Amino acid sequence: METDRRSLLKGIAAAATMTVVSTPALARERKKAPDDAVGLLYDATKCVGCKACVVKCKEAGDLPADIDGYGGGLYDAPEGLNESTRNVIQLVKDGDETAYVKKQCMHCIDPACVGACMMGALGKREFGIVSWDNNKCIGCRYCQVACPFGVPKFQWSKTSPRIVKCELCRDLLAEGKLPACVDACPRGAVIFGKREELLQIAHQRIDENKDLYVPKVYGETELGGTQVLYLSHLEFEKLGFRFSDDASVPETQQTVQHGIYKGFVAPLALYGLLGAVMFRNRKRDDQ
Amino acid sequence: MDTIAAYLERSGVSRRDFVTFCGKLMVAAPFGLAITNFLDVEAVAAEVGSARRPSIIWLHMQECTGCTETLLRPVAPDLATLLFDVISLDYHETVMAASGHDAEAALRDAMKQNDGKFVLVVEGSIPLKDNGKYLKIANQWGVDRVRDVAAHAAAVISIGSCASWGGVQSTGINPTGAVGVDQVIKTRPVVNIPGCPPNPYVLLGTVLQYAKTGTLPELDELKRPKFAYDRVIHDHCPRRPHFDAGRFAKQFGDSNHRQGWCLYQLGCKGPVTHAPCSTRHFNDVVDAWPIGIGAPCFGCTEAGVGYTLALHETVPIKRPMGPDTYPAVYAEGKGISPLATGLAGIVGGALVGAGLLASKKLDHITDTETKE
Repeated sequence: METDRRSLLKGIAAAATMTVVSTPALARERKKAPDDAVGLLYDATKCVGCKACVVKCKEAGDLPADIDGYGGGLYDAPEGLNESTRNVIQLVKDGDETAYVKKQCMHCIDPACVGACMMGALGKREFGIVSWDNNKCIGCRYCQVACPFGVPKFQWSKTSPRIVKCELCRDLLAEGKLPACVDACPRGAVIFGKREELLQIAHQRIDENKDLYVPKVYGETELGGTQVLYLSHLEFEKLGFRFSDDASVPETQQTVQHGIYKGFVAPLALYGLLGAVMFRNRKRDDQ
Repeated sequence: MDTIAAYLERSGVSRRDFVTFCGKLMVAAPFGLAITNFLDVEAVAAEVGSARRPSIIWLHMQECTGCTETLLRPVAPDLATLLFDVISLDYHETVMAASGHDAEAALRDAMKQNDGKFVLVVEGSIPLKDNGKYLKIANQWGVDRVRDVAAHAAAVISIGSCASWGGVQSTGINPTGAVGVDQVIKTRPVVNIPGCPPNPYVLLGTVLQYAKTGTLPELDELKRPKFAYDRVIHDHCPRRPHFDAGRFAKQFGDSNHRQGWCLYQLGCKGPVTHAPCSTRHFNDVVDAWPIGIGAPCFGCTEAGVGYTLALHETVPIKRPMGPDTYPAVYAEGKGISPLATGLAGIVGGALVGAGLLASKKLDHITDTETKE
């Protein structure tokens, strides 16, 4: 008996269907924010773009000035998050409307960088802060590629490079102080607190001023939820937040990857099919 | 009537004092004022000196007389005298000696003498509620008094925030229905010189230009002369570098405040307030202005800011720095140049062609091998 093209395709299609059909049922449970989760609430309507937070963040992290950006070789004016910048203020221009947006680590509830880190150097540690452990990192930079917000940055110019990202000033928090950016802000555009309380404040602000705000708190559910929350008067897409799915990156990725191997059904089916093909071919050769 | 130069000579004012005064006027109004639009102070002195002394009638409405005080109190007493030599202040309730019926007679005389030529300066807001019964001067309602005198004036200048739009009296429930002069006088040109108090040089500049050329300076949408009110205080603030470096005083008297850091966090309204304060200080004393002595700007020259916002409230800033000093959210797309596209096409095409040729050759070889 000869294996025709038709039966081969049928077999492959059957295996593929099994994988796909079984996937939703295997979806990983969505993670919840830790009980002690703290975070930031940034209100774009309050920010005046003074960049005091950028300066204080550098001082707190003892990071060098970046004079290659807008500073014309004179001023510390980074073009974005980079190996010497953990926090940056960007400008959005939408016709006549402008908005400032503060970019730093979002401290995701289910972080892609932690999912990608094979050594566990990046992890969600005290207060749900995503922090980096110097002793475990092997410098693979998977975190830099994995992060949907483009946050972790590798120090390319250093002989012993580190991963530079906002760690919510956990050393200052341990001393009972506020994160440097929150302490520096002259208008309370960025505030620090427990995530639950910040969410309440954010919703209260939206309720009190419905004409001003986009009726959404970015980070409440986006990409599995983040501990840094945003309010804005412009659509979040314009502020550079391209993702609005509720599923986090590790959730999608692990659902697919774990789904394929669930109960070893798909591999067994595939190898069984291949075995059958080989068996038949051998039979034909023998004849 | 005398020219200013002739009058000054007659009253024994030294040339030096007058030229110094003109220099200060140039500093106060460097652009946009016809009488100071010259390269050197001698030319300004010649221009101002050749003008006739402007006749001014000054009326007081609901006010605190602070605007008058600022005119009377330069640090050098000679200068105060000089101000009153340059202008002819024909009626002013605070500084004139007469009172009662004599004073009223003086007002009627001054109006008759310069009918249709004098400048009316109004200090204080005008109450309109309940037919204006909250203010009565010389047995006349305030609003009627202003209307009467303005009918004979050439132009009206509202000095101070109260006269400009109601000021402190119009705050909140506005119990007296206080309004600015331009709400009452519609038939005469009105210039607002807001401030609490405003800088006297702005008044002098406006009046002298009118005396010399018969024109009023260019005004903005709130009827403020552009030569003085065209920029926000923040743009020329001596504490501006601290703002740019993120150095803020956190509370009054803290170490940051003592070091003279930016007062924005304490509620400074400088970023939205159009006023010449940061370039022309008061009473001819260097640093004699709110931010200079460590008090946040209150926003008195801006309707809806001073007397309206709380002292500690911070104001939104539309654009604190040039837009080119901020990174954009999405990096400017560099795109792919047509040249690069062409080159990539050529390389790709060559590779595909080579592949095709190679496979044909291989086919040929295998064919020959099979035949053999």
